[in-house]
Amino acid sequence: MKVLVPVKRVLDYNVKPRVKADGTGVDLANVKMSMNPFDEIAVEEAIRLKDKGVTEIVVVSIGEQKSQETLRTALAMGADRAILVVSEDRVEPLGVAKLLKAIVDEEKPDLVILGKQAIDDDNNQTGQMLAGLLGVGQATFASKVELASDSVTVTREVDGGSETGTLKLPAIVTVDLRLNEPRYASLPNIMKAKSKPMAQKTPADFGVDVSPRLTTLKVVEPAKRSAGVKVADVDELVAKLKTMGVSK
Amino acid sequence: MKTLVWVEHDGATVKDATLAVVTAAAQLGEVHLLVAGQGVDAVAAEAAKIAGVGKVHVADDAAYAHALAENVAPLIVQLMGDHDAFLAPATTNGKNIAPRVAALLDVMQISDILSVESEDTFTRPIYAGNAIATVQSKDAKKVITVRGTAFAKAATEGGTGTIEAVATTGDLGVSTYVGSEIAKSERPELTSAKIIVSGGRALGSGDKFHELIDPLADKLGAGVGASRAAVDAGYAPNDYQVGQTGKIVAPEVYVAVGISGAIQHLAGMKDSKTIIAINKDEDAPIFQVADIGLVGDLFKILPELTGKL
Repeated sequence: MKVLVPVKRVLDYNVKPRVKADGTGVDLANVKMSMNPFDEIAVEEAIRLKDKGVTEIVVVSIGEQKSQETLRTALAMGADRAILVVSEDRVEPLGVAKLLKAIVDEEKPDLVILGKQAIDDDNNQTGQMLAGLLGVGQATFASKVELASDSVTVTREVDGGSETGTLKLPAIVTVDLRLNEPRYASLPNIMKAKSKPMAQKTPADFGVDVSPRLTTLKVVEPAKRSAGVKVADVDELVAKLKTMGVSK
Repeated sequence: MKTLVWVEHDGATVKDATLAVVTAAAQLGEVHLLVAGQGVDAVAAEAAKIAGVGKVHVADDAAYAHALAENVAPLIVQLMGDHDAFLAPATTNGKNIAPRVAALLDVMQISDILSVESEDTFTRPIYAGNAIATVQSKDAKKVITVRGTAFAKAATEGGTGTIEAVATTGDLGVSTYVGSEIAKSERPELTSAKIIVSGGRALGSGDKFHELIDPLADKLGAGVGASRAAVDAGYAPNDYQVGQTGKIVAPEVYVAVGISGAIQHLAGMKDSKTIIAINKDEDAPIFQVADIGLVGDLFKILPELTGKL
């Protein structure tokens, strides 16, 4: 059984993003970049499914040349081989989904596991779009994945609790935070990952048009909150709550 | 512009999240609704009364019973022949369905909008709300999810929508619903609560969380939330989580107890009208966004506070 895991290189989640003064975007020069945290969880899940019948894990990333680092990280965690689709321009989820569909058509994985969202664009679209383009089942926000020979049963995090559903394979799963705790790559595995295969492609190789449909007119910082006050004790806090009408 | 709004419901009543979407849709043009489900006459009748609503399309079929995206998306696509924009709430169900619709229509979705600037231009948060992007769509049809806290709720009375049955698109046959576990709570739903009391890792245990947070919330008639750390530690269930990857809330009052204020948590609550922080670390980032801060030991402060309210 083959699993495909798309991964994205994003601004590290611990870094506070800085909006560029000219309003064109967020400044990504000389800042730490990492694998999108949800994608780490997706890679980890694919690896854990290896003793449940998964024989090959292919990781794919779409983006600038530097995304090679992200793919190497996934290979060091335990993926078998990588595909990099090089695009120095930003590719929107719709374009990514189309490229992934082309890769799925070629690779014919039984399962595609993605992160539920990338922490830069916060779109939460790619997995669902890919499932739609392929006409297969989708299970988003997965907190538990049980793989069988011809189906996958997924528990999902939904508003108010959880929901379980079964999908016929091939299927698309997007993972939520609590699915697993991703492993760290060990030094020997990082060394080993350097010799694992990584194919390089371009969107043109797949005949996919990835020109953006959305134009970002400007990016600004959110409104700053005005400085607050500190109260000395509970009595003062209670008094404040009473003036606000929160408490009688 | 004709807009189509997907009505989120539980089979019996329209969920609050839909009302904010109606307000956003009305800023684009004529508002039509889609009620899809099984045995949804009551929901359709309720939806038709929402102020400003024109047509209410009703698709009653077992295939739509659990809002499976695989079955609902083709239904929406069918209706989009006659509409210019599709809007859904940025709830887990809305986020699940809308991108599938967008892909089938070959358009790029605009997620989690904060405002409608014009028919094709919207604002939305990126980078955990640390930046606000204004985006313009070149697509002929728009697919949009709406952040509920960014728009006023449409009135639930006064509308005179006409109910119209829609032909079913059937079951795609690739997915089946098995079951769900929805937590029963007497407290107000987090995303619509006026007051929220939220606990963090500093509570130390699930027992302490309930012992200290719950009575305060009950005194204030508040919803209960949690930071990711508290959820990961098992002090509170997953659906309590407030933040970039949990729920986005904007209550009148948000009380953050023992929460340091990581970027990802602030993303979910920094639009609250008044933020109150209780933390023993006076340098905790939460104090940078708090309107009222109290530095001290929450194990002493909370019982005293609850007692004095």
